[in-house]
Amino acid sequence: MAALSSRCCFSLGFLVGTCTLYFFLTQVWFERKFSLQLDSQVPSTAGQLGGENQSWRVEGSALISLRYPHLQGKDSRVADQLYKKVRILCWVMTGPDNLETKARHVKATWSRHCNIVIFMSSREDPDFPTVGLGTKEGRDQLYWKTIRAFQYVEQHHSHQADWFLKADDDTFVVVDNLRWILSNYTPDEPIYFGKRFKPYTKQGYMSGGAGYVLSREALRRFVEGFRTKACTHTTSVEDLALGQCLEKMGVLAGDSRDSIHRETFHPFVPEHHLTMKFAKSFWYWNYCYYPIVEGPQCCSDLAVSFHYVDAELMHMLEYYTYHLRAYGYQYRYQPSLPEGVEPNSARTEHSPLGTERDAPGNGSSKL
Amino acid sequence: MISEGSSFIKGMLLGGLFCAVVTLLGNFSTGHQSTTDHHHHHIQVPSKEELLKLPEPKRIELSQSIRVYCAILVQPRELSYWAAVKETWSKHCDKAEFYSPENVKVFHSVNLDTKDKWLMLRNALKHAYANGKGYSWYFVALPSTFAIIENLKFFLLNKDPGQPFYIGHTVKSGELEYAELEGGLVLSVEALRRLVGVFSDSVKCPEQGSVLWKLTEEKELAVCLKYTGVFAENAEDSEGKEIFNTKSVNTLIKEALAEKPQEVVNGCCSDVAITFHGQSPNHMQVLMYGVYRLRPYGHTFHDSLVFLPPVDSDND
Repeated sequence: MAALSSRCCFSLGFLVGTCTLYFFLTQVWFERKFSLQLDSQVPSTAGQLGGENQSWRVEGSALISLRYPHLQGKDSRVADQLYKKVRILCWVMTGPDNLETKARHVKATWSRHCNIVIFMSSREDPDFPTVGLGTKEGRDQLYWKTIRAFQYVEQHHSHQADWFLKADDDTFVVVDNLRWILSNYTPDEPIYFGKRFKPYTKQGYMSGGAGYVLSREALRRFVEGFRTKACTHTTSVEDLALGQCLEKMGVLAGDSRDSIHRETFHPFVPEHHLTMKFAKSFWYWNYCYYPIVEGPQCCSDLAVSFHYVDAELMHMLEYYTYHLRAYGYQYRYQPSLPEGVEPNSARTEHSPLGTERDAPGNGSSKL
Repeated sequence: MISEGSSFIKGMLLGGLFCAVVTLLGNFSTGHQSTTDHHHHHIQVPSKEELLKLPEPKRIELSQSIRVYCAILVQPRELSYWAAVKETWSKHCDKAEFYSPENVKVFHSVNLDTKDKWLMLRNALKHAYANGKGYSWYFVALPSTFAIIENLKFFLLNKDPGQPFYIGHTVKSGELEYAELEGGLVLSVEALRRLVGVFSDSVKCPEQGSVLWKLTEEKELAVCLKYTGVFAENAEDSEGKEIFNTKSVNTLIKEALAEKPQEVVNGCCSDVAITFHGQSPNHMQVLMYGVYRLRPYGHTFHDSLVFLPPVDSDND
């Protein structure tokens, strides 16, 4: 009897011992595994500023880029030169409710390629940072915000940049391509560019959502117009009102299309322009200044902007533009170099295509 | 009472010792499988140094000799995907063949006359091998896969097609490591030769699939290849990122936004990714634009090879 119960106790003890140590070991192993995994996730903080050599200086509410953001493996000499020659100040129209949901993603993606970026809100936020324009929020405030924003930029930064871009917090912009377009003009001409619409004005006006960019002279005249009361707050339809003021002040509405007449500023997302057929009754047909092209030739390879871009698409477009590519692929569209710019070093390998350069205004197309 | 207590304690100590010994032995035999996602077979893209070592004529010869045969397995109800693939990435294959289970009037395809997925895969690969003379690599995909063939060729550049290769996005199921069909998989001509050989062995590689329980066709493929000594390998770029992806760009970015919000784009996906899965037909057009056209002006890559655009495409 005693032997049986002691054997039972022995077996029970054996079981308890096995289980206890098993659990103890899995906890310890688990902790070690867990910390190993954590360690492998840590290194990315070293490359926090996008794995690019970028530094920013904060001046008030403006983020001023000190150096062209270089990407690994690329020869960016041309982009570098344009960065110095064609200085762009980007100001982004946003609001207190959109900082975390929209503006944050603009800040993390395309705005890093601007020479200066300023986020404009109705209310100041020193942490983001945003400028407080002292207006209210809402669609009816859009033109007020625009006027105040341009006045702020003219007052504080007009000597620090050559061109002044306005974008929404759901606009995606490829700043390098904007520099390419603007390199053919000088900041002393009174001119502005964007997605050109035709109604209600003689020379057309630029769509607000697709973004528009003013030369330094155009900016000066806009602000001057408000000072002399030649321009006033006529309507809350910001893009039209701005276009009418600029027309009055003798600023030219430019043609932003590429050298084979494809649009660069786009008022919708890429999928829309590339794949959808717009209904004949859609307002867009009556608004576009230039003929609409549906399908893949809607959009230049060197596109400048898209609109209605949500957070996810913002990062996807940054990935498509600056990262994802087809190794070794020879692009069909090879635009010519702007004047006064040194080329990137020539290919060291023999190029079987014998690259032909497409000059601007030259109607030839390899498509 | 005391003897029972001491028996209990003796039992406990012995139990603990037993457990420790078993765990240690277990660790030695399985070879330290402590990190969870560790795939045993990793295979990387060629490095820049490696490519620069080759003389230029050799590099040109290599880039022209690498020929990829694309076998795309379609279902009649996936017409919109099929159309998208025909219009977009498949034009970059040296040869693209569509395999369907039945006769479809709308598009040309090879009719395999079976609805069974494993049989479809078998017959498609047999057909590809028989008709694909002169191709060194065979890429198998679904119409819901989007592929960048130039990046596939870049990845395969320093691999000998006379050796058995079976590469893709690999997953381990028990002891079987296999490449997921959704992410696309690539076989060297040697691997395909061995596979077609083992197809006639009805014990190792039966037409009706595994006897015990039905496996998916991607797993059946892995089983058959294993018998010929060919094992699945996982592909990655020079930073260790996946290049065959079984998810869409949208999903991968969404995950990166949630998990690594500081470095979404860098943390998400490879610059030389080969495949994505689950993109809508419309988004495939966007991907063609994004990969082959949209770029920031003023940057040049000094790649070691040149791939020319195909004739007759509007969106690349």
